[in-house]
Amino acid sequence: MTVDRSAAFLFMIAGYVAGAIVALIAPSDRIARGATAIGAASGSVAGLVTALAVLATGDRFELVRPDMIAVAGGVAIQLDSLGALFLALVCSVGLFAAVYGFTYTADYDGRRSLRFFGLMFNAFLLGMSLVPCAANVFTFLFAWELMAVASYFLVMTEHESSDARAAGLWYAAMTHFGFVLLLPMFLIMAPAAGATAFVDLRAGASALPPAARSTVFALALAAFGSKAGVVPLHVWLPRAHPAAPSHVSALMSGVMIKLGVYGLLRVTSDFLGTGPAWWGGLVLAVGSLSALGGVLYALTENDLKRLLAYSSVENVGVIFLGIGAALVLQSYGLPALAMVGFGAALLHTVNHACFKTLLFLAAGNVLRGARTRNMEQMGGLIKGMPVTAMAFLIGSAAAAALPPLNGFASEWMVFQALLSGAQIAKPEVAIGSPLAVGVLALTSGLAAATFVKAFGISFLAMPRSDAAAAAREPHWSAWTALGAFAAATVVLGLFAPSAIAAMYRIVESVTATPRNVTGGGGIWLLSAHGVAAGAVPPPVVTKLSPRKGSPSGGTSVKITGSAFTGASGFDVRVADTWGCGRIRQTARMEYTSSAFAEPLRRIFSELYRPTEDFSVSVHPEARLIIRSITYTTRIVPWIEKALYEPVTRGARAIAASVRRLQAGSVHLYLLYIAAALMAALASAWWFE
Amino acid sequence: MSRAIAILFQTLLAAGLAPLVGGFIRWVKARLNGRRGAPPWQPYYDIQKLLGKEAVVSRTASWIFRATPFVVFSTSLVVASFVPLVAAPAGRFIAGDLFAAVYLLLLGTFFLALAGLDTGSPFGGMGASREMTVVALTEPTVALSIVALALNAGSTSFSQIVSRTLAEPAAALGPGHLLAFAALFIVTLAETGRLPVDNPATHLELTMIHEAMVLEYSGPYLALVEWGASLKLFVFLALAVNLFMPWGIAVSLAPIPLAIGLVTFVVKIGVLATAIAVLETRVAKLRLFRVPELLSASFVLALLAVLSTFLAR
Repeated sequence: MTVDRSAAFLFMIAGYVAGAIVALIAPSDRIARGATAIGAASGSVAGLVTALAVLATGDRFELVRPDMIAVAGGVAIQLDSLGALFLALVCSVGLFAAVYGFTYTADYDGRRSLRFFGLMFNAFLLGMSLVPCAANVFTFLFAWELMAVASYFLVMTEHESSDARAAGLWYAAMTHFGFVLLLPMFLIMAPAAGATAFVDLRAGASALPPAARSTVFALALAAFGSKAGVVPLHVWLPRAHPAAPSHVSALMSGVMIKLGVYGLLRVTSDFLGTGPAWWGGLVLAVGSLSALGGVLYALTENDLKRLLAYSSVENVGVIFLGIGAALVLQSYGLPALAMVGFGAALLHTVNHACFKTLLFLAAGNVLRGARTRNMEQMGGLIKGMPVTAMAFLIGSAAAAALPPLNGFASEWMVFQALLSGAQIAKPEVAIGSPLAVGVLALTSGLAAATFVKAFGISFLAMPRSDAAAAAREPHWSAWTALGAFAAATVVLGLFAPSAIAAMYRIVESVTATPRNVTGGGGIWLLSAHGVAAGAVPPPVVTKLSPRKGSPSGGTSVKITGSAFTGASGFDVRVADTWGCGRIRQTARMEYTSSAFAEPLRRIFSELYRPTEDFSVSVHPEARLIIRSITYTTRIVPWIEKALYEPVTRGARAIAASVRRLQAGSVHLYLLYIAAALMAALASAWWFE
Repeated sequence: MSRAIAILFQTLLAAGLAPLVGGFIRWVKARLNGRRGAPPWQPYYDIQKLLGKEAVVSRTASWIFRATPFVVFSTSLVVASFVPLVAAPAGRFIAGDLFAAVYLLLLGTFFLALAGLDTGSPFGGMGASREMTVVALTEPTVALSIVALALNAGSTSFSQIVSRTLAEPAAALGPGHLLAFAALFIVTLAETGRLPVDNPATHLELTMIHEAMVLEYSGPYLALVEWGASLKLFVFLALAVNLFMPWGIAVSLAPIPLAIGLVTFVVKIGVLATAIAVLETRVAKLRLFRVPELLSASFVLALLAVLSTFLAR
């Protein structure tokens, strides 16, 4: 089957643009919602076709229009297999987010305009789809900025809440911080290349002096790292992702931050190629910091969507660990092993996109059902929302890197990549690689605790609020997206070896490494047992599935006992939870989210540095009569405070002094205009 | 074909022997305390009795609570089917990977913790919270012990590690190996709920970890949970003895090596179980917030193990 790729590509753009325009001029909210979903879905399908056609054949797809916007270098599109992988991710999440969004945004009907939202949603998808296709600086920056601006407006959807406005401000500031770093990065590369097309940049990068190459690398790491949300540039992420509507959060966490990973891979492994070992070391350090920092803050978070956002920080850290290991191995002349690292990073990118989309969409259902993001007011949701609960459970187990789900496969690969560091006989590697292994293991252990908390507190036991007790499943169309990503999470786990092989093919086409991974020649740890991760899951599945299957027959727990008793052949009596003789059980006796995290919070209190506020108010006459006791404790990430407070304070001071110009007097403004004109003329004369 | 039979045999062996280990430890402890104690095979009676009883399930519990015993038992059983017990023939016989074993056991713990929360009982939540805390803190040590072993063998697969240690007996007495063993031993105590981290005999709620988490289970469900827990202990002990002292293990599937392998395996497990029993009569349970110190000590041991392996090469 041959696909006309340029037609598919143009259809993708047309779909998004049409969706945006029709949504904007739609006569009613319902039509606007429909147009948004149909435009986004058809664009995504076309994009998916384009991406899969490139991935299947492996040859690039090009579309260069130098005449369009010629001043800036024209529009150039080129899709190689690395880009196609990311395009496929964007479009598959985009497709289901669009379907999900159709009913999800119905809550906004009549409350706020969905026309502008539809425009921005499609623009966001267009921007994200173009980023991996861009083949020159102008196209790339255009797509990057389109993505940033559109997502800013999406974060601001619920702009009446001050949280959303603060989130928008942080997001706008951090995304432009990244953009500002991208410009000098391209500026350093462009003169040597003589042109702005990526092909020329690639050719010119090898001619750059080492210092310039390292500067380019550092700028790329900071710029793309801020988009990917690595610590300490992650500050926007836990604010912006929860503020957006849930399907937008899924897009942001699932794929947008991955485009930061794409950018880093494009610049380092594609343009720059092999660099000094400290590049990899730096990426490993950043990755460790993000993985551990992200999961530690996720653990103590009580807001379900913020917890998921912090978990994204953690997973980006895991991806960076893979990239870092690969860069180190590459610089020591072990390209075949470096491939394990790059493959691990790509696989985790794909896997995280699947399970995080699943989790965010399930959280969206919870948000609509229980009307809160605070886990302390949830509980018992598994009874009213069995499908959402199942989806969230699968996502949680994958996020906790448990076999046989996909999160395990890619973390296993990252472990193997880090272990390969043993091939390098250098003391710094000898100390660094085991430490990174320790960090990754601690991260996955803490992730397991985090997701036991997230699922257990939100979905199990008794409801902690009336809204949680009344929560029901949303419209069935929301299940299609959940089903698709749950299936992808399971399938990618079961068929991990095929997925790994596919990632290797992509890495190979980018880094031009000769392929001997499957042959096993000289490949440590992946020898006789092939990719052993894949060898293990099958027996697990055959043994688990009949058993796991039987209780799922008892999912409708309302017919308690009977369904399950018959199946397993023993008597089950339903009774109260044992409670030391108290009369009845209430939700107040349950363990809370804060209580669950308390032991780890105490153990890592040096890192959290919680603030505690304890006040007792007593009767004015008698100090022994206590009226109330309040205890509040908060964890304010002190790293953020230490790093960003001076910056924001400085920015405020500058803004305050600039404000003095705005005196409100028309005469003064006329003077400014005159002065500006004089200055412009004077400078024109000077340069003449 | 012989491979399938061998895996089946090994799984049955593990499932059959596992309760005996727990019973044996209890019996030795009783003797050391000067009591007569229940016979080592008491756990079999317990399981048999529990299997015949009715199960009581909390009104608030969901299907997670009912599914968990099966998940716990089957994950332990799957791990037991591919770790080296009596035999570790070379080649593709056992496609077992250490990471896979550790994470499969973690899957069981994940579900147990969820089940602890599911009933809404404060004990269950407390146990779940503490168990996940301990498990999260043991993970780095487990991973680094694996690294220390993998560095010698060049692989994280069981049969490679075992055959490498058999080929180079000197390496097994090297500092890297011994330190990794010490680290893994501490982790075994923590992961399987033994003293000084958790007290398997306690029923005082403030000190319970594992027991608090499974407090609501009764009847056949409890039988499966207990059996799964004893399998987990069995698997960890088997890993400790076979990865660090694999001598006597059968390297082919011929009858005589298999018989020798079986006997040496039982003896080795018995020695290690006795060591645990002696240890449990000598130490007191640590306060919960002192446990991290023990676990960070084990992490340092594992890190030293890795570093010394690097230096020794």
